[in-house]
Amino acid sequence: MMAKVVAVTGNEAVAYALRQVNPDVSAAYPITPATDIMQRFTSYVSNGQVKTEMVLAESEHSAMSGCIGASAAGGRVMTATSSQGLALMWEELFIASGSRLPIVMALVNRALSAPLNIHGDHSDGMGARDCGWIQLWSENAQEAYDNTIQAFRIAEHMDVRLPVMVCLDGFIISHSIERMEYIDDDAVKNFVGAFKAVNPLLDIEHPVSYGPLILPDYYMEYRKAHAEVMAKVPGIVLDVAKDFEKIASRKYGLFEAYRLDDAEIGIVILNSAAGTSKDVIDSFREKGIKAGLLKPRLFRPFPYDEIGNELKHLKAVCVLDRADAFGGSYGPLFIDIAASLYPHKNGPVLSNKIYGLGGRDYLPEHAEYAINELVEIAKTGKVKTLKEYIGVRE
Amino acid sequence: MADMIEIRWHGRGGQGTVTAAKVLADACLSSGRHVQAFPEYGPERAGAPLRAYNRISSKELRMHCPVLNPQIVSIVDATLLDSINVADGATKDAIFVVNTAKEPKEIRAKLKAEPAQKVFTIDATKIAIDCIGRALPNAPMLGAICKATNIVTLENLLEDVRKSFGKKFSQKIIDGNLEAARRGYGEVKEG
Repeated sequence: MMAKVVAVTGNEAVAYALRQVNPDVSAAYPITPATDIMQRFTSYVSNGQVKTEMVLAESEHSAMSGCIGASAAGGRVMTATSSQGLALMWEELFIASGSRLPIVMALVNRALSAPLNIHGDHSDGMGARDCGWIQLWSENAQEAYDNTIQAFRIAEHMDVRLPVMVCLDGFIISHSIERMEYIDDDAVKNFVGAFKAVNPLLDIEHPVSYGPLILPDYYMEYRKAHAEVMAKVPGIVLDVAKDFEKIASRKYGLFEAYRLDDAEIGIVILNSAAGTSKDVIDSFREKGIKAGLLKPRLFRPFPYDEIGNELKHLKAVCVLDRADAFGGSYGPLFIDIAASLYPHKNGPVLSNKIYGLGGRDYLPEHAEYAINELVEIAKTGKVKTLKEYIGVRE
Repeated sequence: MADMIEIRWHGRGGQGTVTAAKVLADACLSSGRHVQAFPEYGPERAGAPLRAYNRISSKELRMHCPVLNPQIVSIVDATLLDSINVADGATKDAIFVVNTAKEPKEIRAKLKAEPAQKVFTIDATKIAIDCIGRALPNAPMLGAICKATNIVTLENLLEDVRKSFGKKFSQKIIDGNLEAARRGYGEVKEG
């Protein structure tokens, strides 16, 4: 398969994937740092490079409402947003997932207000982790592009029919230029395939209702059905990844395990900071320290069994969160990692660090600090500070 | 040079510094390497100091953070020499390329460059005014960096200047920028 090597931003890569998929409808509203995706995509629309019906909404709430309407009508639908935009979509997110609408949305991760901050952290995506959407997280422009293409297949799978959010780090990835590879247009088109509508509103021969009132008599069964569908998602994500490998020669799993097999200590971290951490892990490995890394890709549904099994042999694990869950508790990634290790009685000692909020740089020295501490914890079995903020003024 | 080359750009908003970093990344890509180009985003105002970065490597680039120890420092606006420490964290053998009409020796003293560090100067603003009629020094800076560091051939660089500027500008501006890059390459001075 012919790949085209390019140097592009994460946003440019996502917009390119959306052009290749050529969805039927998109409704969007601009917000930094996601604006650039739809700005590029609307150029594709204006230049006739896609046949998408583009709806420029007056708010993100309306944008997601438009996506829901178009998806229920029977179209392939996508949009993009960040931060406050996602927050404003809040009630609509649940309507999209509860109505089992396979909408794909790029989420360019950005901090939440107040105070106002346009830079990257994971507060937005983490705030929406329990809204019934599937979440795929991406380290770099290549993964954001690859995940966007795979998201359509996962969302539209007949055993799933759920919306998918593809997360990438604001500015750090969205606005940085990197080398990556584009897949050939026809290969993407064939991979995604023709859209199959399920119970479309526009099929007037077979009228259906969306958004009915369901009282205590059946609401719980409906929710249980959603939970059961979520349980099927990991298997389908893996099947789609296998097919994707055939067109892209790149492997994807539910998570990336980096130098974990023979590791004694490990870092768990999402998105772009994983890349920086991998370089630091290599330098520790050269000194004979057996460190490894786990980077979740499918964050919702969270593959508890698989991740627990991958980490259970380690002596100590540090989970680094780019978002905090306020209220005296731990970061959201830590909470899930702890849950995944709960069944393993002799599992690793855990610690949690909060880093990079509001775009604060995550530097190699931060990964070094975490790994040096893990070496100590592995020796003594003792954790000094279970949860701490790093890279922060005292 | 090393497996990975890290570059830090110092400029002011409106001088085309970010575009220069992008063009350089593209030019290095065409020789089969991995590249990154990214600015430090702050309030974007014309005249405000800004930094941009490049990484160029034969291996996959996974590091996603600012460049702290640049091997190449490009100073697009010499007035920044008075207000910030552009040599901060630069490697012992770093190459500095400075847009100034002054002699390299004078700039070397001002930078307090270490013995193994190299200092190059180029009057990029004057070249830009000659060639394109505007004080946009990025194309001659790219030419000068190309000559001072050998990280990319002049042919590859010119091809990418043509491609990048071709998307936005008229043939006259493109030709002006190509000439400016060539002159930057030819007129850069070491000291």
